[in-house]
Amino acid sequence: MRHRAWTERAGQAANRLLIGLACLAVFLPLILTLYLSLFNEQIIVFPPHAYTLAWYAQIAGKFGDAIWTSLRIAMAAVALSLLIGIPAGIGLSRYRFPGRGALSTLLLAPLTIPGIAIGLAIYVLAVWIEEQTGLALAGSLRLLIMAHVLITMPWVVRLCLASLTNHERTTEEAAASLGANPIRVLLRVTLPAMRPGIVAAALFAFIVSFENLELNLFLVAPGLTTLPVAVLQYLQYHIDPLVAAVAVAQMAIVGAALMLLDRFVRLGQVL
Amino acid sequence: MIPYLRLDSLTKRYHDTLAADRVTLDIAQGEMIVLLGPSGCGKTTTLRMIAGFVEATEGTIELEGRPIGNLPPHRRDMGMVFQNYALFPHLSVARNVAFGLEMRPIPRPEREKRVAEMLRLVKLDQYAARLPRQLSGGQQQRVAIARAVAIHPKLLLLDEPLSNLDAELRQDVAREIRLLQQDRALTAIMVTHDQQEAMTMADRLVVMRDGRVQQVGRQEDLYERPQTPFVARFIGNSNLLPGTLGDRFRTEGGAEIRLAGTYKTAGHATIALRPERISLSIAADTARARGEILLSSYMGAVVEHVVALDPQTQLVTRGASFGDSATPRFPAGTSVGLNWLPSAECVFDDNDRPIARIATQQRIETNA
Repeated sequence: MRHRAWTERAGQAANRLLIGLACLAVFLPLILTLYLSLFNEQIIVFPPHAYTLAWYAQIAGKFGDAIWTSLRIAMAAVALSLLIGIPAGIGLSRYRFPGRGALSTLLLAPLTIPGIAIGLAIYVLAVWIEEQTGLALAGSLRLLIMAHVLITMPWVVRLCLASLTNHERTTEEAAASLGANPIRVLLRVTLPAMRPGIVAAALFAFIVSFENLELNLFLVAPGLTTLPVAVLQYLQYHIDPLVAAVAVAQMAIVGAALMLLDRFVRLGQVL
Repeated sequence: MIPYLRLDSLTKRYHDTLAADRVTLDIAQGEMIVLLGPSGCGKTTTLRMIAGFVEATEGTIELEGRPIGNLPPHRRDMGMVFQNYALFPHLSVARNVAFGLEMRPIPRPEREKRVAEMLRLVKLDQYAARLPRQLSGGQQQRVAIARAVAIHPKLLLLDEPLSNLDAELRQDVAREIRLLQQDRALTAIMVTHDQQEAMTMADRLVVMRDGRVQQVGRQEDLYERPQTPFVARFIGNSNLLPGTLGDRFRTEGGAEIRLAGTYKTAGHATIALRPERISLSIAADTARARGEILLSSYMGAVVEHVVALDPQTQLVTRGASFGDSATPRFPAGTSVGLNWLPSAECVFDDNDRPIARIATQQRIETNA
């Protein structure tokens, strides 16, 4: 009896310790970043002599364009990948057709290829197309958006497929028998059933696009730089708390997106 | 007169298999038809062809004299109830019931009136604002029925509507469906594999097997005058004994049976005997057949015996456990005589067609 109580207590203590360590591992870098961003120093020295919010004031001037570019790309990539990924998910879950496996693999493949390889390949392709047709692709916003669709699409397709696995097809038949034409069945039965999956897909797609670095390296151009690339370029010449402040801003943007979405769906149900 | 719904040679072929094979059926307005058969008999395929979810390979469907085979499901005006309820999970009970009405040009006040009326009818007016997942299975199925009936469908289609429910609930919902159908004079087609359910609900039954209609008729027709051995066994679990028909009937195992009827033809045949119409006695002299008790079970209302006529042939008998003609429980090994009235007996030829009876013999004389 006493023996069991002892092992139980030890188990509970170990449990708490592990949870604590995990929280530390997750949150310490974030907290440290926040802490660094407040240092009133030109280079990062420890401990700081004073604190300031001045670095945040510089974000808009130094990284404003990059943040705006990243936001535009992410939002366009989300919209486009939903536009393609939702119908693709419905089709893949519903129909058995020749080449279905291949199509499914193709849509998910970009997940398995390193971003840097995709970026290089797209760049080479864009240059080649430009040579052949004179179409200015390399270094354009459209190319960046299309490239991002490539990496956001697998998430959308995967999550839409998952959202349909528990979907009762008979609800669609019920709606049809009640007089709903196929478009109304889609809008009033199928899409509502997929809603949590679609919201999760949009969320993942946004984050994947917004935080991507490798893919962008080849595709950005002067005046058209995404935030992660801008940060990297900045870091090559400066090591000051501004980078930490930008990182905090980036976290704030993603966090705001999460919170906004949480208003529409309970994220706990989705993820 | 033109029937309300006419199925003419309705056929569905999947590759080499015929899921439905020339199904032909006339249904009158206000009738409740039950398609009955084991899984894979084509009953569901037939229902889905009527609903428009499955396209017929051949044949026609006419509703009120107009062919509807080419209409998509949403233009057929049929309310369908599914085995798994198929409620819209994101809509409240009231919105589920309103769904079909929203698809029609029905003004809002009328729509709300009808939803309220339907919910009252299935006794769910308290639950209008709930989501389907907050209801029990029986309640969900009642919502599904209300949803299907609310549109005043030309046909109510029910696809195994009771099989997901508990045994007790099943009877309640069955009765509710039947009352609603009669009250509204709805023409309904139900699919089930449960013989009891079919007998309870139907005006007429359609027994199907391997895609084909075996027999159409009222409960009495199917029970008293089965047209195939399959129907005899499926409705009421007749004993089927294969053998040779001559002066007497000889089973494959060599037992002799004195039939209650005299039949036109001789040769290979199968006899079907109703278990509850066979009586057992020790005084075996006057028996139509003799056998030995293998098993006896007291089931409450009835006593059931398994009797071996010969090493290959067994049959089941059921007799009342109470009253003047109560069947005692014979111990295994008892030698018994079996007797039955002509109505217990049907004979089928090698093509599974019934053999006509020329004469009947009410009693067997001793030493006959």
